[in-house]
Amino acid sequence: MNRLPDRTVEHLRRVSEWPDLSGTRYTLEELIGQGGMGWVFRAADRELSREVALKVLRTGASDQDSMARLRREARVLARLEHPGIVSVHDVGTLADGRVFYTMKLVRGVRLDQETDDRSLPDRLRLFLRICETVAFAHAHGVIHRDVKPGNIMVGPYGEVLVMDWGIAKLREEPESPPPRLDSESQAAPDEIFIGQTVEGTILGTPGYMAPEQAKGQVGLIDARTDVYALGAILRYLVTGFDPTRPGAAPARKPPPPLAAVVERAQALDPARRYSSALELADEVARFLDARPVLAYREGPLERARRLGAKYQAAILLILAYLAMRLLVMVTREL
Amino acid sequence: MAAFPQTRTSVVRELRSRDPEVYRRAFDGLVAAYWKPVYFHLRLRWDIPHADAQDLTQEFFLRLLEKRYLDRYDPARSRFRTFLRLCLDRFIANQKKTSTRLKRGGNTVPLSLDFAGADQEVGVVASEYTDPETRFHREWVRSLFALAVEDLRRRCEETDKTTHFALFQRYDLETPDSGPVSYQSLAQAFDLPVSQVTNHLAWVRREFRRLLLERLRHLCGSEREFRAEAKELLGVEVT
Repeated sequence: MNRLPDRTVEHLRRVSEWPDLSGTRYTLEELIGQGGMGWVFRAADRELSREVALKVLRTGASDQDSMARLRREARVLARLEHPGIVSVHDVGTLADGRVFYTMKLVRGVRLDQETDDRSLPDRLRLFLRICETVAFAHAHGVIHRDVKPGNIMVGPYGEVLVMDWGIAKLREEPESPPPRLDSESQAAPDEIFIGQTVEGTILGTPGYMAPEQAKGQVGLIDARTDVYALGAILRYLVTGFDPTRPGAAPARKPPPPLAAVVERAQALDPARRYSSALELADEVARFLDARPVLAYREGPLERARRLGAKYQAAILLILAYLAMRLLVMVTREL
Repeated sequence: MAAFPQTRTSVVRELRSRDPEVYRRAFDGLVAAYWKPVYFHLRLRWDIPHADAQDLTQEFFLRLLEKRYLDRYDPARSRFRTFLRLCLDRFIANQKKTSTRLKRGGNTVPLSLDFAGADQEVGVVASEYTDPETRFHREWVRSLFALAVEDLRRRCEETDKTTHFALFQRYDLETPDSGPVSYQSLAQAFDLPVSQVTNHLAWVRREFRRLLLERLRHLCGSEREFRAEAKELLGVEVT
């Protein structure tokens, strides 16, 4: 037999770890995503003749903590019935003891992988949908804690899905210790899982984590923690700046009112941020409707320009009417 | 090539057996998994030319048995592969001490191994790894996977599942740089429904994993070592 290349050995090592779905109603199709702890496969549900996404822990990360976390993630998703949150179909255990759950197969592109060809109003409308989804979760006592472009899927018709609720915090649930960070857990480089105790636990993604989250002040985490991350997403959508990309720099200068909204959403002190995702969404909606943004004090010229833009059609009609009247008068004089 | 191991017994224990069939199977299994790492170690760590390395590889395995070096192996102190590499280094050091020139095997029975092919791989191996220990380990892993693939091929032939193996070969072994072919194209090429392609692949991968672990268990000195190696190699907790 010819020498097996390293990449083949690695591939075999990976596929031999892939879950054995015998005894379930699912057939494995292909790997469509992977993170620090688990894999997401496209699978066929033979009972219902439909494709689903199947999330399962990697074998190296299938300790009790991780399994409890995956079950918890499925429970969190199951209680959030919203068009912006993927629905869970089933939870189960494989023959080797690994926990899995299946969910609706989402077809779309991750926000951080989308081509940058949407107009600013279109990008802001996407943002509003993200805010509405996160606000819905907040209303049901769930704080996402890892809102970032990589966890947002955008469908072909502009529909938005907020994904990966694996480190979500349930308001009434006591904080459980997170999984260990060791060589075997192979956490993705942009995810951090540190600590064993309630206080001092850091979960999230640097660049999108609020200061209280980055410091592990678990008791201070609430809806405003997600508002901070939403502010980072707004900045990404408006300027193209993604703090997780090495050497990233803003590609566009933001309109000053939106820069002020981002600044307020990302205030270091939670008390100075918008109190909810809906409040933040309302500010962005104001900008879209050319109404004054509360976080920004505009000058007379800016106000005139904004009103000019807002009432552009009416102003044009009036000007056209006046021009016509003038023309009629001049014609009569002649 | 060594026969597919029929039992879960450790190679170390089998080499102490008085049953010639068990003994032969253990010896074949040991040589099949280790001859390439040993040969590359001699070529690259000890800078021994091809012809000498070829003879010394064979002599090493025969000496290992004649002198009953494996009786000294204590699973509690080291992994079997580490022990074997240390034995090899000691064997070569002794050879160098007793003679200004390394002695080539005298009355050794030549083993049927593809040394010419291995000689052609030396350049690639040298460029991939510089650390002798890492190289020995990686080549051992490669041999283990290659053996499991051969076991799988045999198993598929015996159970009339040659299509299963052909799919495995196309999808999992011949992985191009651009990534594996699609299930759809495999389905067209083999004139099968996509669902059957994925079912066949699921079976064959499951079987590959079982055979790989079987090989691994055979090559470990103890159950404890096997569990540690399995976790390191595949990230699996075996019971």
